Amino acid sequence: MWQWFHKLGSPRWFYDISGKFLPWLALASVVLIVTGVVWGLAFAPQDARQGNSFRIIYIHVPASFLALAGYYVMAAAGAVGMIWKMKLADMVMIAAAPLGAALTFIALFTGAIWGKPTWGTYWIWDARITSMLVLLFLYIGIIALSRSFSTRETSARACAILALVGTVNIPIIYKSVDWWYTLHQPATIKLTGAPSMHPDMFKPLLVMILGFYCFYALVLLLNTRTEILQRERRTNWVKELAAGK
Amino acid sequence: MTSLSGAFFAVIQRDLAIAMRHRGDLLNPLFFFLIVVTLVPLGISPEPARLAAIAPGMIWISALLATLLALDNLFQADFDDGSLVQLMLSPQPLWLLVLAKIIAHWLVTGLPVVLFSPLLGLMLSLPQAGFLPLLLGLVLGTAMFSLMGAVGAALTVALHKGSVLLSLLVMPLYVPVLIFGTSAVQRAVDGMNYGGVMAMLAAVTAFSLLLAPFAAAGALKVGING
Repeated sequence: MWQWFHKLGSPRWFYDISGKFLPWLALASVVLIVTGVVWGLAFAPQDARQGNSFRIIYIHVPASFLALAGYYVMAAAGAVGMIWKMKLADMVMIAAAPLGAALTFIALFTGAIWGKPTWGTYWIWDARITSMLVLLFLYIGIIALSRSFSTRETSARACAILALVGTVNIPIIYKSVDWWYTLHQPATIKLTGAPSMHPDMFKPLLVMILGFYCFYALVLLLNTRTEILQRERRTNWVKELAAGK
Repeated sequence: MTSLSGAFFAVIQRDLAIAMRHRGDLLNPLFFFLIVVTLVPLGISPEPARLAAIAPGMIWISALLATLLALDNLFQADFDDGSLVQLMLSPQPLWLLVLAKIIAHWLVTGLPVVLFSPLLGLMLSLPQAGFLPLLLGLVLGTAMFSLMGAVGAALTVALHKGSVLLSLLVMPLYVPVLIFGTSAVQRAVDGMNYGGVMAMLAAVTAFSLLLAPFAAAGALKVGING
């Protein structure tokens, strides 16, 4: 039963297996995202109050979902790497950091674009926006730390510790920012959660979220494979691979 | 072999003795604190009403920056002269010795900042009611800054260029303390009950007390062995 777990410890085995998944993941993410985009942008009904501008939700919400989920993926991989000393988990963690930071940035950026027509301003210090910004800083800290060590092994271990410390702090940070916002809530802008969406608007969103998850998995695998090749570049199997067998 | 408590107090005593022999370094964070607060009226307005409105936040942010600046010293000198490695080789659990170092560090950097803060409150015309929660909050808050900062300092100690990186790593973690700390002062100034907020601040600090020594000890092992 534990055999697959031990096999995961071998970067080479993972490289071979993940190569077989890649085309399917790529296919799934292209199909889902194209379907979701066309459905959401062209066929979903207009919002009664926001008109067409609400359609950016089809990028904004999936990106926000994965920005936060990405931090937990990274921290979980870091924990596995620390507990079982698994090289592969370290590599996944290092691969997940820039990806999560990019998604957090996309979530903030699309939120700002959406904010202009909706609230009349690109930026407000709303609880969710501020939490997202702090999340971006947490990601940036990990990326900065991962680039400062001379060996990849040390850098992965150090980042794992920081990611775990960040993870246990994220709920505290979120709750405190939420509380802070209720304290200073400006009267003019009401940002209560979107009133339950009409199913015709919600279905394309669901497709987009699934598509983003597939795309996330795809890019994470690609990043991890690059990391594997870089770290194992002195081993025979990578040399053979590079020489084209 | 020295007993656990013996080793714990020996580390505190040693760090305090070293700090006492470098008294100039002790004053630097305080002067930094003072100068930042002096820049506020120059940059914003000398009007007491406006200063009073921003005083809680400004004092908290300056205290945060002052303790952040001093974090570098936590492990750096010991790492450079090799005594940190000796601490790691000692039979006592490393997290306990790290906790001792954090406590000593807080006594020489956090506590002076706390004691200095009422003066700055006066200079920024903080209303009378705000002084007690400011002091109480800063005692808890600077302790949390030292505890969580120790994790960052441990991660960056072997890099020799840690200072900016260290700030990047730990500042996001300071967000809850800043929020609870400033709002405790603000509530007191507005004549409201601040006990609940102070309890939240104490909870965050207690939580870091549980977490930080282990994380910092783990980080030291990674940073130095690796």
